Amino acid sequence: MVDTRTEWATFSSLMAILAAIALAILGITLGVGSPSAGMAFHGWVLAAASAAAAYYILTQINAVSAPRSDELVYNDGPIKFATLAAVFWGIAGFVVGDIIAWQLAFPVLNLDLPWTSFGRLRPLHTSAVIFAFGGNVLIATSFYVVQRTCHARLAGVWSPWFVVAGYNLFILIAGTGYLLGFTDGKEYAEPVWYADLWLTVVWVAYLLVFLATLWRRKEPHIYVANWFYLAFIVTVAMLHIVNNLAVPVSLWEPKSYIVFAGVQDAMTQWWYGHNAVGFFLTAGFLGIMYYFIPKRVERPVYSYRLSIVHFWSLIFLYIWAGPHHLHYTALPDWTQNLGMTFSIILWMPSWGGMINGLMTLSGAWDKLRTDPVVRLLVVSVAFYGMATFEGPVMSIKAVNSLSHYTDWTIGHVHSGALGWVAMVSFGAIYCLVPWLWKRKALYSIRLVEWHFWISTIGILLYITSMWVSGIMQGLMWRAYDSLGFLSYSFVETVEAMHPYYVIRAIGGLLFVFGSFIMVYNIWRTIRGDESVDAADQPRVAAPPEMRLKPAE
Amino acid sequence: MKHDVLEKNSILLLICALVVVSIGGIVQIAPLFWVDSTIEKVQGMRPYSPLEQAGRDIYVREGCYTCHSQMIRTLKDEVERYGHYSLAAESMYDHPFQWGSKRTGPDLARVGGKYSDEWHAEHMINPRSVVPESIMPGYPWLAKTKLDYKNIANNMKALRTVGVPYTDEMIANAVQDVEAQVDPDHDEVDALLERYPKAKTANFDNNSELTELDAMIAYLQMLGTLVDFATFDKSGPNLR
Repeated sequence: MVDTRTEWATFSSLMAILAAIALAILGITLGVGSPSAGMAFHGWVLAAASAAAAYYILTQINAVSAPRSDELVYNDGPIKFATLAAVFWGIAGFVVGDIIAWQLAFPVLNLDLPWTSFGRLRPLHTSAVIFAFGGNVLIATSFYVVQRTCHARLAGVWSPWFVVAGYNLFILIAGTGYLLGFTDGKEYAEPVWYADLWLTVVWVAYLLVFLATLWRRKEPHIYVANWFYLAFIVTVAMLHIVNNLAVPVSLWEPKSYIVFAGVQDAMTQWWYGHNAVGFFLTAGFLGIMYYFIPKRVERPVYSYRLSIVHFWSLIFLYIWAGPHHLHYTALPDWTQNLGMTFSIILWMPSWGGMINGLMTLSGAWDKLRTDPVVRLLVVSVAFYGMATFEGPVMSIKAVNSLSHYTDWTIGHVHSGALGWVAMVSFGAIYCLVPWLWKRKALYSIRLVEWHFWISTIGILLYITSMWVSGIMQGLMWRAYDSLGFLSYSFVETVEAMHPYYVIRAIGGLLFVFGSFIMVYNIWRTIRGDESVDAADQPRVAAPPEMRLKPAE
Repeated sequence: MKHDVLEKNSILLLICALVVVSIGGIVQIAPLFWVDSTIEKVQGMRPYSPLEQAGRDIYVREGCYTCHSQMIRTLKDEVERYGHYSLAAESMYDHPFQWGSKRTGPDLARVGGKYSDEWHAEHMINPRSVVPESIMPGYPWLAKTKLDYKNIANNMKALRTVGVPYTDEMIANAVQDVEAQVDPDHDEVDALLERYPKAKTANFDNNSELTELDAMIAYLQMLGTLVDFATFDKSGPNLR
């Protein structure tokens, strides 16, 4: 009898090889044809990646056989890949971030070279941490969570692999492009037109894999974490496509011009920019919160009803908040006021979500003391609460007139990015690594403790120094002397920032150092080294099939 | 309606989420394209000259927007420090906009004409030679890199596709206009000024080569200089 599932898998592999060959040909065409050396390089990268993919699929063509219909085997390969990619890009992004922090304190570190100057490295830093680190964490956790909460294997034979590999190819092309000066010049949307197109293809595949896995679910209900992941995926698709609409100078060159101009471009950009925060860095990571906190503390989500209210109010309100980046600018007042109003209202669903996450610990608060992974997850939610209170305050026009254009904004972003996004990611990674690689425990829970404290101190140094420098600079810009003249020249305010830039860079260095501890810890865990303190770890540190039953 | 319906139907959940997240953007962005007062009616705005646009492309390439804003807010101290608050009309030909979000360095919306070309050239090559406390990176390679402008008409055609009113004549004369703008003795300077009123002509970097630094300084020197504020009326149809 012919096994149709195996036949289907073989057919999928053949189609995947054909697609990879087509991409390799496209890459060679660009590599040979483009007069821009950088774009030609990107063509060759695409060709090499596609050829490697085709070869790999070919070697696996007989090995790929779908599991028998009555057994459920989760597809964790792409998740492992994305987890490791997240750690790798995280380190890269944190290191570049700290380098540019030192550059602001000591400008000689720009080296007078194009590839190392602040203006090119800063987009590299923001994209590496948001899209490379954050994006891989989101892909890894969403693929993990959707399988476990649906009791279904990821849809597609090679499609999940295409999503993770294709996404990381996008990162590689975008990141090397920045160093070469390829940019669209819009914050957090800097990748050039062909990188944008490639991401669109990958993102549609991501949406389809996620949806098709939902369709296979054995559970009638879709779990709340998946609502957030779904909203994140579809909204980011909308934002990305609209904000990056551009006309290339030619199909052989990286240069393009955005279709919007001036005030409309500004509004579109911050509609995108603030919702990169709202959906990429919030909705997606709330999906992590809604799965990993309950799992790690072994308690149900605090309130089902609150999660419904949280979800719909958050996604409806967030999208309006963009204009608070444009207070007192040439954006019409009606738009500014709408943005401010919705930003303030947004405080409520944000804190509703925070409460739902924190109160999930009801009856398990002792775990905050005994399990540093829980502490990472919970402190991240606390930072989330702080940042989502600070945000609405800063969106008030009177406050914004002081804070805008200063380091206060940078500090605010980092309390969200380091405190919330990175901490919740670290918590999820520490959960995932033993679960995915089937280890009984992390190599060392004590090293997690060290990571937690070193990062937390780093974050506090970062945020507090930026509060002081931001507020001080804002006040100096508007200070008048007794004769009614402005008190300070601009460069005097720059000079005053120096000590705070040094403190910030030291805080960043601590954060980087903490993340290296994580790398060491998960490397030892994955290698299979005997855990040094397994007895101190909760039973949930082990993968579900290796856990001890709870004591009666 | 019970929430169950959405929780059990992924497509319905997807569609509802998409509708919910679309509303804010539609309300805030779409009207900016048709409400007349969004972009003020002013005298003096024109598309960038080819050399200025080339400079602007370099400004974007080097990520200057990561430290410099080009947007003077309607606040007393900003107007005193930088000049008249920025109008939407002043960036109507900016693809992309470069209003920025951070002032690690000062606002540049009206930097045009405030410093000499020599100051800019020195400052770009080594900022600390003219402003000792500056933390700006040096851009010495701009002075050494020849400007690639032979195909600049293609950039202008792309800009025309997205709405910048470059005429056929402007596009046909693009290369000549670049050369005329860096050479005040060029025969075609008058034609350049006809097409791009108020354009500054000079050998900006004081070097016989036509470099990226020439383009950059040409761009910086025209920033905020186009609108005739003597004829600007902030009431009436411009009130918003």
